[in-house]
Parts: sequence; structure tokens; C-alpha cells
Amino acid sequence: MENEEIRIGVFVCECGVNIGGYVDVQAVADYALTLPDVEYVKINKFTCADSGQAEIQIGIKEHNLNRVIVAACTPRTHEPTFRACCKEVGVNPYQFEFVNIRDQCSWIHMWDREGATAKAKDLVRMGVARARLLEPLEESSVPVDQNVLVIGAGVAGMQAAIDFGDMGYNVYLVEKEPSIGGRMARFDKVFPTNDCSICILGPKMVEVARNKNINIMSYAEVTDVDGFVGNFEVTVMHKPRYLDTSICTGCGACQEACPVEVPSEFNENFGIRKAIYIPFPQAVPMRAVLDKENCIGCKACEKACEAGAIRYDQEPIYEKLKVGVITVAVGMDAFDPLPHNNYGYGLYDNVITTMEFERLLNAAGPTGGHVVRPSDAVEPITVGFINCVGSRDVNENIYCSGGVCCMFSIKNAQLLKEKRPETNHYVFYMDIRATMRGFEEAYNRARDLGVKFIRGKPVEITEMENGNLVVRVEDTLKGEIMNVEVDLLVLGTGLVPNQGVRDMGSILKLPRSTDNFLTELHPKLAPVDTTTDGVFVAGCAAGPRDVAYSTAHGSATAGRATRLLSVGSAPIMGITARINEDTCVVCGVCVDKCPYGVFEIVGTNGDRRVNVVEALCKGCGTCVTACPTGALEQSHFKNDQILAQVKNVLVYEGGE
Amino acid sequence: MAEVTEEWQPKIVMFCCNWCSYGGADSAGMGRFQQPPTVRVIRVMCSGRMDPVFILNAFLEGADGVIFSGCHIGDCHYVNGNYKATVKYKFLKAMVNELGLEDERLKLDWISASEGERYAEVVTEFTEQIKKVGPSPLKPEGVI
Repeated sequence: MENEEIRIGVFVCECGVNIGGYVDVQAVADYALTLPDVEYVKINKFTCADSGQAEIQIGIKEHNLNRVIVAACTPRTHEPTFRACCKEVGVNPYQFEFVNIRDQCSWIHMWDREGATAKAKDLVRMGVARARLLEPLEESSVPVDQNVLVIGAGVAGMQAAIDFGDMGYNVYLVEKEPSIGGRMARFDKVFPTNDCSICILGPKMVEVARNKNINIMSYAEVTDVDGFVGNFEVTVMHKPRYLDTSICTGCGACQEACPVEVPSEFNENFGIRKAIYIPFPQAVPMRAVLDKENCIGCKACEKACEAGAIRYDQEPIYEKLKVGVITVAVGMDAFDPLPHNNYGYGLYDNVITTMEFERLLNAAGPTGGHVVRPSDAVEPITVGFINCVGSRDVNENIYCSGGVCCMFSIKNAQLLKEKRPETNHYVFYMDIRATMRGFEEAYNRARDLGVKFIRGKPVEITEMENGNLVVRVEDTLKGEIMNVEVDLLVLGTGLVPNQGVRDMGSILKLPRSTDNFLTELHPKLAPVDTTTDGVFVAGCAAGPRDVAYSTAHGSATAGRATRLLSVGSAPIMGITARINEDTCVVCGVCVDKCPYGVFEIVGTNGDRRVNVVEALCKGCGTCVTACPTGALEQSHFKNDQILAQVKNVLVYEGGE
Repeated sequence: MAEVTEEWQPKIVMFCCNWCSYGGADSAGMGRFQQPPTVRVIRVMCSGRMDPVFILNAFLEGADGVIFSGCHIGDCHYVNGNYKATVKYKFLKAMVNELGLEDERLKLDWISASEGERYAEVVTEFTEQIKKVGPSPLKPEGVI
């Protein structure tokens, strides 16, 4: 291999007129042929098309090429295409080099043909210099464990678990709350069709429980994940419920007997629950949980429990799992208006949030479905809804919560209007984002019912003596300042990342965007993949989205992950770090520098050496820069390969 | 030293991380954000890969300026490689002065994959900056 003659082929793409219209492609091709080791040059109309790829393969065969350069667009989209094309005819995919003369020449120097062409020549020269030093690399693979971990059992996680289970894979479904179901279990109805939320979610929860391949681990949290694609070692902490779930029948006698009343989280702190309680009537698993913080130790529950399930002395149990793939579906929080008292929330009794309104509207909620205002428990006649609370606001979050809050306000105004036609509703909005199927129709239905939409962001809320609120707002369509008196004001709070997103971000080393949600591998072309191989993300953990979108993403993660499970092995890319043990002095700098724990020092005394777990390496190359002895190299981005490019940026006028 | 003329175009080496800044360059292309043809991009996977040797070599070869660019702090595809790049940048700033070069010739900037317009602005502004300080005194005679 070492003495093999280097034979480079350069394929210059016209990309129709995208390149050909602004760069002198012929001049670039002619120049390429003068460069060292370039044996063959060809101009293609469209290199990526079938015909273009065929021209590459013919070139390789007829001219016995062992390096291929395509001067075209960006490796970020087209590198896999050309690598596969090379591989098919025996050129190692890592001896393919991409030169970008479209995004970096023709499209950005459209009025400077000479400059663009000169630059294209430079880039090709740099590419040739690098290609001469490219080494063949083999992609290795690791076996994939056939168990699956799904973190979070909201609608996205449940759907993922069902799909994995139906495909025959064993699933561990870990949920931090005592019951699966997530946010959706708390909604009254879901837009745009206004189905009863728990009526459609309940059967899905039962389906999860009945699926023989799904192992529900409720009231449990993932505390640590080690390993890599196909071979994750997961630590799950089972929080103590203080009862034996294998005996508890979920009869509820304990909560009847318990004398301690605390605000009910499930009902957004409206209404009460006991210190020992069943989370909600449709809970899965239907088991009680004891809240030790509020328990007074009276043992009334122990006496009431006929099954004898109460165990006051339980401790957290840590369980180790081995899984091959992971779906992260840890959901979100609703924006909390309390810290900044947005629109008087927390100051005025009758300002509540959408989630609180959902529970009031719910027939199984604390008021039996009667929407009453907190100050005097009177059913309001006039209700105001403010949209974009905590969203599209430079003081809070600049992003839009995906129209979810718009649709909540539209739906809730409509539902209350239908229930009590004598009520009046005002929705204060900046823009209505009713973008998905059926949303616009739902918006129109609300308007037909008489819900008034005022385009304007309220500037001031004033509380009156009777508890009513005056909303001061400019109707920007009329250019009129209005003071609207309402009995109850509902804040359409946006969606924000929750603690689970932050925890999983650090445990699984997943990057987060500026909005602090998890980042997908690619927002368009890999929307449920992450930068950590074998880890997929579904639902609101990766940004605000509604039920349908979350469900689809749950399924999508199962589909993407099954590619690895069904094949049973996962490829490890070739651009990993390699160590030269002869020059390594085992200083351990790389151990600290690597964010993925690729390096570990093994052995003692004279036998100490650095062990490289290649499967963990993501190929950033940071360790190479940190290594003081040059013992580390990153395959495909070796120092001499990059330096060859650097040295070929400039050239002596008129040639070498 | 190369002659300074009105039309003189500097040559700038720009190191871009694969995930953000190279993506920013792609976005600049997609959006047709026009910019002077002064920059030659070298792609590395992460700004943390940025070896000071690359940058010093670029100057020794005669580059008039060097930019290295990665994901915004907090957005690194590899958790915190960009943070490690900032440490190298501080060191390099001092080295550049040692070489007898002006501060303005080295720049570190964060450009995300969606910031095509900003990418073009960074390139345009840096080019203007380099035009003001003129050709690199380290540029060997006859090199373009």
C-alpha cells in the first residue's frame, strides 16, 4: 500500500448553471490537470446525478484511479453519495475528497467570475494536496444489544415503546412520575378536533401496560448512562413508593384513610390530594405512592391497607440495564410566569395559566368541570386569554412555541363558550399561528362562536376591587387603545425545556440549542437522530410541539433505532482518534480533554498505557491538539493532511 | 512584499468546524450572500481540533489573515470543543505578535449553521480589516 502510485481523478461539476454560470469550469479543469498526481479530469453536467456518478466510476476503472476529488457542492449533504459511488468500484471511501466550489465560489461571488474561478482553482489545489495524503480507512462495527430504553412515558415515549414492543424488542420504559401518561393526561381536550384527552390517551396507556415486551418503570429516573451505541449501560434509580407494588391493588383505601391533605400537582395545585395517593383515576400502573415529605407517620394507611402493602422503610433501588438504543422523550414544562409576575400572575388571584384552566375545565378536575375563578369560586362571564406568554418575548424566550399556545387559547375559549353560551371571550394575540391540518378550521369555529380576537399585546393588567381585571391593550388592527374588563384572565404560556432535558443533555452528552431544547442531528434530514449514535429524541424534549407531532416523532425514533436493532450491528465511523503507543508518555491530558471518555489509563507502574475505546469516539479531534507528544492522530484529519491544505492556499505566481 | 493596489485582494485562511461554521458557509451559499473571494476554507470537525501549528503555518506561508470559527459557546456539537478553542486563541494572539504580525490578522468568531448572512458579514468585515493593515510582512516574494 505504502508504495502505491497515487492516481487522482478530479471531477468538476457544472451543477447546471449553478456553478457553470459563474465559474469558468473549463479553466478549473485545465488547471487541475497540471497538479501533481492528477491523472484524469472530467467536467460533469451534474456530478451527483446517475450519469455523473457513472462517469466517476468509468473514470476510476479506465484510468485506474485510487483517489477521487469532486469539485461541486458541500460534503455536508453529498459526501455520503460520492463515498458510496467510489466504494462500489473499489476506491476506499476515505480516499475521496470533496472540494466545495458552489457554496464557496459560484453562489457567493456571482458577480466576480474571475475571483470565483481563481478561488475554485485554489480550492482544487488544496484538495489535491490533501487527497495525496489520504489513507484508506476501514469502518468497524459493534454488536447492538437487543434491549431498548425509552426515557419518559408521555405520549411520545409511550408511542416509541409501543412500536418497539410491537416489533418484538424488549423495552424498558422509565418514567419519573408515579404514572405514565405525561402532560397529555392532564389536558381536558386536545385540539384541533377537541377529543377528550384522557379518553384517547387512556387506551394507549393500557396498551403500554398490556404489551408483553414493555417493562414499565414508573417513579424511576435514569441517573447515569455509560457505553456507546449498541452497548449502553444504564443506571435507573427506582424511587421508593413506600409500598410493595406487587401486592398493592390500587384500591385507594389508603388515600381514604390518610388525614394529610396537600395541593394536588396533577391538578396544578388546585384541589387537594392525600400524602398517600393514587396519582389520577386512569393511572398506569394503578398503584399508590406515599409522599414521605408530607407524611406525618400516623400509620393510618397501614391499618387501612387490607393487602398489607405499606413499607415505610423502603430505600431507593439502583438497577443496571444493558440496552442497545435509547429514545429520549422527557418532555417539557409550561413557562412559569410566577418569577416575573407576567401579567400579574401571582399578584392577582384571577390570573391563571392555560394548564390551570385545563384542569378547571376537566370534568375529572378539582371543580368537576366548572370553570370558576380562584378569588371567589364564581363562574366567570367574561374571560380573557393572552397568547405568547413567555414566548416571542425578548425578555423571556424569543422562540414561538410552535402555535401550541395559540391553539390552546382558541380551543379553551371555544370549549367554555360551548359549555356556557352566555360567556364572552377575548383572545389577545400577536399573530395566530394555526398552521397544521385542521387548525385554521378550529380558529374559524371559535370566531363563528363569537370568540373575539384582539390583535395586540396587553401592556398593563389592573385588578379591580371585585377581583375583575382590566386589560389595557392596543388593538393594532384598529389602532385603538382598549380597556377590556374580564372576570378571569388565562395566560397562554409557552413551552420551555424541563429539568429532564437538562439532565439528559448532560448524562447523554447531547448538545442543546440556544433555546435550551435538545438539538437534533439535522433539523430537516435527521429530525429524531442526535449527535450521540444510538440515541434518538422524540416529543417536546427537542422543541415545542403538539400531540400529533410528538406521537409521530415517537414512532420515528422506533423506526430509526430499529435500523440498528434489526441489523444487529452499528458502524463506527473511520475518523476516530488513534494512538501511537511508542510515543505516548501516558500523561493523561487526553483523558481530561475528551468529552466522551474515550481514553482511560490502564495498568500499573511500568505497564501503564492509554486505552482507546474507539466506539466512544465522535471524531472531534480535540485530543490530538492537546497531546503534547504528538502520539495522537485523528484519522482522516491528520496533521499532515490539514497542513497540506494550509501550505497550498498560497502558491508562487506562475506555478509551483 | 506584494504591491498594495486598489484591487489588492488579501488571502485569508479560514478554519471552519463541520457542524456550525462550515454549515454557516453553506447557508451563505444557499442564501447567495455575496462576499469578497478572499477566504479559503479548511474544514475540521470541531474548532477544538484547531492546532496552533495550523495557524502559525498559515501565517508563515504568507496568509494575510486567519479566521477560525466554530459553534457558539454552549452549542458545540462535541459538548465544549469551542471553549477549548478559546484557550488556544488567547495563546495564539500572543504568538502572532511575537511573529511581528498585527493583532488584526487573527480572528476567532462563532458562526452557527443557520447564520449564512452573518458568515458573509464576518468574511466581508475581516477582508476590509485586512485590506487596511495591508499584505502580510511574512509573505514570501512572488507568492499569491
